[in-house]
Parts: sequence; structure tokens; C-alpha cells
Amino acid sequence: MWDALAKGKRLDGRDFGEQRPLEIEPNVIKKANGSARVKLGYSEVIAGVKVSTGTPFEGLENKGALIVSAEVLPIASPHVEPGPPDEEVVELARVVDRGIRESEMIDLEQLVLVPGKIVYTIFVDCSVVNVDGNLFDATSYAVVAALLGAKLPILEMQDDKVVDTGNTRDMPITTVPVSITAARIGDYILTDPASEEEACMDARITITTNEEGLCAIQKGFTGSFTADQIKKAVDTARIKGQEVREKLRGLAK
Amino acid sequence: MTQTRNLIDENGKRTDGRTIDQMREVKITVGTVRNADGSAFIEFGKNKIVAAVYGPREVHPKHMALPDRCVLRCRYHMSPFSTDTRKNPAPSRREIEISKVMREALEPALMLEDYPRAAIDVFVEVLQSDGGSRCAGITAASVALADAGINMRDLVAACAAGKVDDQIVLDINDTEDKEGGADLPVAYMPRLEQVTLLQLDGKLSQEQFNECIDKAISGCKMVYDIQRQALMQKYFGNETELKEEVATQ
Repeated sequence: MWDALAKGKRLDGRDFGEQRPLEIEPNVIKKANGSARVKLGYSEVIAGVKVSTGTPFEGLENKGALIVSAEVLPIASPHVEPGPPDEEVVELARVVDRGIRESEMIDLEQLVLVPGKIVYTIFVDCSVVNVDGNLFDATSYAVVAALLGAKLPILEMQDDKVVDTGNTRDMPITTVPVSITAARIGDYILTDPASEEEACMDARITITTNEEGLCAIQKGFTGSFTADQIKKAVDTARIKGQEVREKLRGLAK
Repeated sequence: MTQTRNLIDENGKRTDGRTIDQMREVKITVGTVRNADGSAFIEFGKNKIVAAVYGPREVHPKHMALPDRCVLRCRYHMSPFSTDTRKNPAPSRREIEISKVMREALEPALMLEDYPRAAIDVFVEVLQSDGGSRCAGITAASVALADAGINMRDLVAACAAGKVDDQIVLDINDTEDKEGGADLPVAYMPRLEQVTLLQLDGKLSQEQFNECIDKAISGCKMVYDIQRQALMQKYFGNETELKEEVATQ
């Protein structure tokens, strides 16, 4: 690893700022309102959107509810055991959720049926099917791709009951958030770390941007960064993020 | 987050009367938990948080022990009475995440390799919360670790900055966190110039982000001085001596 890095290359031949091949396949699950399978290198995630109704969150009475969750399935790696999520998986789900939520990707104000009482509830559940590093970005892209392609059932209130009209429309999308994760190994900053790079990284940073600027950041793992390293990582995240955003937007058409 | 009212008035004062560069009042008392190997109580604005350190001690369960270094374990917990509406005492997903980032924020400062096969437990209990509790908790935990005599490379000081009414402000409070535009908590080792915790939720342009992180780091440096003074107060009981030392640096 060190020999390769000293020569300016990574173990799999990539440059420091280069992402692994990204494959996005929308609408893979017909039973869901929207779905996507994402392969980032050998990391693979399936996201599914399910729409139902419920009561709004406290303090957000005039907005629909959006809930993103993630699970690493036992089939995904020999190191995963079934059971309640450990703190890494909790962090994964919360960081992905934060990126989507803070970007205000979905205009939740359009998803209210009875103000303060009944709103659309949109669940995006992600299943990690194969682990090869950087689950943050793979999961985030799966969520965004699933939402971009999702069809929202048009619901109506009739005599205090929610009725499905049978018609659908597109999700009210306002922006496309893209997360870019980098790992620091010594003084090297590597975009989109694979498993073997994560195994020897000192620290990790996940930066979510939209068209205008930053929406969310999470530093992870046990090491640290200098302020300059962070500012450079933000630069990379904006440039790389734009490339991925065009790819995601292309799918929606 | 959509903003519903002005949080900074025409005189540049915030909801709690502070200016945009002013930190809430911070008070740290060292050694407040008698049974712990190290402890600290911090009042950060209306936050009241106690941190206690046990260890280095034997690891239970034993298979968690590492042959070459110490295991660091962290628990961030909010008391049911610490919030406006009662908080369920069971650990929430938020608390699990904060426990993790807190551990990762403290670990770079600790010389864990000095205590192989042992464990250090850090418990952070939020008795009253007021926005920025993770920063206050890390600040207190770091002082408690120093109080426990753990070998350290530096203290970890933490402070947030954020965006309120399109202005970048230091140390955002509960109202600003809930109603303002962005929150950027940062933990920093001032002597080593390393950022050990960084989170952002909310929208910032790249320029605003750069301003925000610089402001948060300047806040961390102020917190650092208060941490050092609190430790000096316990171990030397003379604040003036420290002030002279700080002045000569």
C-alpha cells in the first residue's frame, strides 16, 4: 500500500482523487414506489422507497416525513452478524439521512394531506448486499437514485379517510445531493476508499454537496485532519460531486 | 431548515444577547465525581454535563482486549429530565452516533499504546441540554481524562460555529440550532493543530464553510484556555500563575 502511494498510485491502479466505476440501475424492485441498485466498485446497495401516510413530526406539522434507514445484510460480508445494528451501521444510516434531509432534496411541504394531522411518510430503506468500502457514498447514491425515479401515489381525503386515487406523479425534487467520501492515510487523501484502504486509513471524511454548496459533513474514524486538508477535501467533493450529480440526473430523464 | 423569524436583531444581538463572535459562558470544575479516576463538570451556557473516566482498568469482556494498546470506550447519555419533553432513558440512535464520534474525537489525543490490554471508559452524562452538548461533552471528557492522569498528546477542545440569519456566528445555542441555517461542531487539538471531530448539518456555500470552520477553531482555542485554567486550578490552585504563563507564550 505504502509503496503504491509513494509512487502516486493506489493498489487498484486508481489516482488519489479517482472514484471506482459507478453503476446505477434504477427501478429494480417493482413492488416499491421507487428503487435503485448501486454498485460502487464491489460495494453494492439496494434502496427502496415505500410511501404511506402518518402523523407529521413534532415541530414540523406542515411537512411530510422522510425517513432514511440502512442495514448491512449478513450476506454482505463474512464480518457481519445478524442482530441489532452496531454503531457503525447506525452512523451510516444517520449520515446518509442527514445528507438527504439537510439538502432539502424533497419539497416536503408538498406532501401534506391534512395540515398538522396527516402527511405523506416516505421511507427509503437501504440494504447493503456486498461490502467493499465506502458504504456512505454507495448508500447515498442509491437513496438519491431511488427517489429521483420514484412515483408518488396521489392520495386524497374523502370523509376523513385517505383514499388512493390510483394515479401517480413524480416526487417533488428540488435539488440533487451528492456525498463524496475520502480517507486519509498518512498525508495522502484518497477519494472513495475501498475495503483494503479503509483497513489502514487514519481518518475519514464524508462531504455532501448540492448544486449551491455544502449540506452535511461527517468526520469519522479515530484520526484527525488539519483545517487545510478539510478545505481541500471540500474542493474535491464539489468537483467530483458535480460529475456524479450529472450521472444521477441523466438517469431521471 | 426553514427560518421563521429573525434570530439576530438590528443591533447585531442574538436571542440570548450575545454578539456573533461571543461564546456562551463556560465554567469547568475538575474532580467532581469522587469515585472516578478522573472527572469534570462543565457548564456551557445552560448545558450542565458531567464527565467521568474509569481506567486504565481490566477489560470486560476479556476478548475485547487489544495486545498492543488500550481500548477506549465512550458513552454519551442524556438524562430523561435534561430536555424540554422527557427523553426516553434508553440510548437513542442519536446518542449511539454521538458516543461514536466522541470516542473518535478523543482518541487521537490519547497515548493508548501506553496501556496495552487495558480499557479506559469515558462516561458523559448530560444533566441539562442547551444545544452544543456534544462539544461541551467532549471538552469535559478531555479534562476528565487529563484529571485521570492518562498520557495525552494534547487536550481536545470543542466548539461549534454556524449560520444564523445568513451570518456566521460562534457557538450556536439551542434556538439557533433548531431554527437557524447550519451547525458545524468542531473538536480541535490546538497544540497539534488537528481537527478530531467535524460534522455539519445545514447549507453553507464553500466560502461560508471556510469562514465557519476558522471561527469554530478560534472558539476551540478559547475553550482550551478555560480547560487549562480549570486543571491548573485543581492541581496548583493558583490561576494567576497560569495567566502569566499563557501571557509569556
